Amino acid sequence: MPHKTFLAFIWPSLLAMILFIAIPIFSVAYQSLFIQHEQVLVTTETCSPFGCKKQVTVDAAEMRRLREEQPMGRYNGLGTYTNSSHLAFDDINEIFRTSQNFGEIRDKIMNLPFYKALIFTLSYTFIVTPLVIVFGFIVAVVVNSLPSLFKGPVIFFSLLPMIVTPLVGALVLYWMIDSRGIIGAALQALFGDPNLSLKASPTLTWVTLFAYGVWHSSPFAFVVFYAGLQTVPADTLESAMVDGANRWERIRFVTLPYLMPLVTFIALMQLMDNFRVFEPIIGFSAAASATSLSYLIYSDLRASDSPLFGSAAATSLLTIIGVIILLMPVLRRNWREFNRKS
Amino acid sequence: MKFTFKSTVAACALIASSGASWADCGIESGSVRILSNDFEALHAVADAAATCASATVEVTANATEEHKNLQVPALTSNPATYTVAVVASNSILPLLNDDLIRPLDDYVAKWGGQLQENQLIRIDGKIMAIAFMANAQHLFYRKDILEANGIAVPTTYAEMMAAAQKLHDAGVMDTPIASSYMPGWNLAAEFVNSYLSTGNEFFVPGTAELAINNADGLAVLETMKAMTGYMYSDWATYDANSQKPVWEAGEIALAINWGSRAGAFIGDESSAPDIAAQTALAAAPAMSEGGLPSAALWWDGFTIAKNISDEDAEASFRAMMVGVSPEMMAKHADAAVWLIKGYEPTPAAVGVIADVDQGARPYPMVPYMGLLHTALGDNLIEYLQGKESAEQAMADITAAYNAAATEAGYLK
Repeated sequence: MPHKTFLAFIWPSLLAMILFIAIPIFSVAYQSLFIQHEQVLVTTETCSPFGCKKQVTVDAAEMRRLREEQPMGRYNGLGTYTNSSHLAFDDINEIFRTSQNFGEIRDKIMNLPFYKALIFTLSYTFIVTPLVIVFGFIVAVVVNSLPSLFKGPVIFFSLLPMIVTPLVGALVLYWMIDSRGIIGAALQALFGDPNLSLKASPTLTWVTLFAYGVWHSSPFAFVVFYAGLQTVPADTLESAMVDGANRWERIRFVTLPYLMPLVTFIALMQLMDNFRVFEPIIGFSAAASATSLSYLIYSDLRASDSPLFGSAAATSLLTIIGVIILLMPVLRRNWREFNRKS
Repeated sequence: MKFTFKSTVAACALIASSGASWADCGIESGSVRILSNDFEALHAVADAAATCASATVEVTANATEEHKNLQVPALTSNPATYTVAVVASNSILPLLNDDLIRPLDDYVAKWGGQLQENQLIRIDGKIMAIAFMANAQHLFYRKDILEANGIAVPTTYAEMMAAAQKLHDAGVMDTPIASSYMPGWNLAAEFVNSYLSTGNEFFVPGTAELAINNADGLAVLETMKAMTGYMYSDWATYDANSQKPVWEAGEIALAINWGSRAGAFIGDESSAPDIAAQTALAAAPAMSEGGLPSAALWWDGFTIAKNISDEDAEASFRAMMVGVSPEMMAKHADAAVWLIKGYEPTPAAVGVIADVDQGARPYPMVPYMGLLHTALGDNLIEYLQGKESAEQAMADITAAYNAAATEAGYLK
């Protein structure tokens, strides 16, 4: 294709990408280098229905002037990235200096908010992604071998977890695992432990979140694999049968290799999706035991009376960097295959 | 909620403009646009203000739990999206910090005859908001169960836990206590309540430097952890909403909850009338014998935006005067603990009034309190779950607060 034609085709999407992806990311990156102006504090008398008191207030007029002079705030360089709410370099130095053994270092680093969230995020990504692929594949193979009469309804029901809004799905499960809910009560009866609560123990909360993640995302893998299964060449399968391959061997040596590009595709999508895990933490009220990077951004923007934009921007960029690192192996593999073909 | 409420207001406006028997507010013209939180008492105020709508006066209201996130951007634009922002002790601060609301002294002098002195929120001598209701957390208890087991109404946390232990030992209830210990805003509010009870200050006076890392702060942490021993094992998922069904199921006998919810707990419309009839209210327990109640006093009030025309500001103030009038209160006496002239406490107000009478302190109105509240909400849970020491929790809170306060420009 001549370059000119290629450009003519590509420019609308290129423009959209610059407008809606590149510029916002750049603005977030720029924002993350700034913090708010030093507040001009004055002590004045504040009276409320409960009495008067000498209290600190912000000199609003002076702050307005400062903000008009420098709307972005104070330049802070990479200070926000390295402070104790993010990469916490000083804290980590201190931990290495004062700790006795590896276990202590690990525990103390895991206690820093960013690393705590990172560990959960990574665990979620690396546990949920492979399980989603495996379950999706199994469901696809099973559905594919059903008589065509049942296929329609079974496909519909298999897709339900994906159709349900993530937050709603999480809330539904949250109430079911309540000790008064059907799953929670059944588990208590099963283990004969009336105090068993999936919500109370951090480990069980993690397990619940992983289970939710697999439940929610498997239909996506299923749909992709199911579509792929329709294209597996019947000739090859038949010749394998003639060669005496049993059902398992046909899947292992014909179907799976044929669907490998789809596995890469699903892995790519799921790694990205799972790395920004957020809704289940809200839906399951799980912040006590599990926080993710996206949750930290939410918390910076929403929890406080006035949002911490710089802090949220820094976490956002660190998340983007995390996604890039995660996708690197998959992308490199794709790139090599692409080069080999051309 | 937002839409149904909007349509109610629109309906009210329609009725008003059709010349039914509504108050004539005397406003010539202007636009009144109210932004508020979403609960019954505020609906009553907005509905009353909406009766001022006429052919020349437009009144709209948006009652939403997202009000805190909307108010700063909405009032920053010029003209502001809303002319009235209904705020509480904490949510007025971002508006003050950004200089988004106007002083109300002239309006009060001209049209505020109905107001009492304690309704006027003065900052540096200027009236910046008009308070109309008070709120605080306090003790809810089951009269019948406490009496049957010979337990006096607890006045301290120690007594509260002893009562719970007694109920537990007697086999009445396994976990008789409930409180809003969900990490985040709720859990932090419980710490703030208890720390206020110690009489100590949160910050070094005159600065944004944190001062909770002391014996009192550690005592609060220990008490909170001890309390979890008498709560159902899911305590870390409880907020003010989730307590009510458990209370109505008769599974708890002692709870700390908001005064603004007391009406629903004791009212006729409760889904468990027998339990509602046996529900009584008292001041929040103190940290120690004879101490202050562990409750922060909150006020709710309204402010008028700065970036609007004087005509709209005048219309807004006068419509809100109708909104917070004694006539409105007469119709909705149960909805809140009103600060309006002529208020007679209702049975649902007993708890808040007991808090006030016993000297409970107000929620600190300093600009960096929100940052501390967030730091507390994120960092208390691991200690309460037994995963770290109280000292470590204090260190984590301090680190989180310092990082946030530095970014916000309060600390160097």
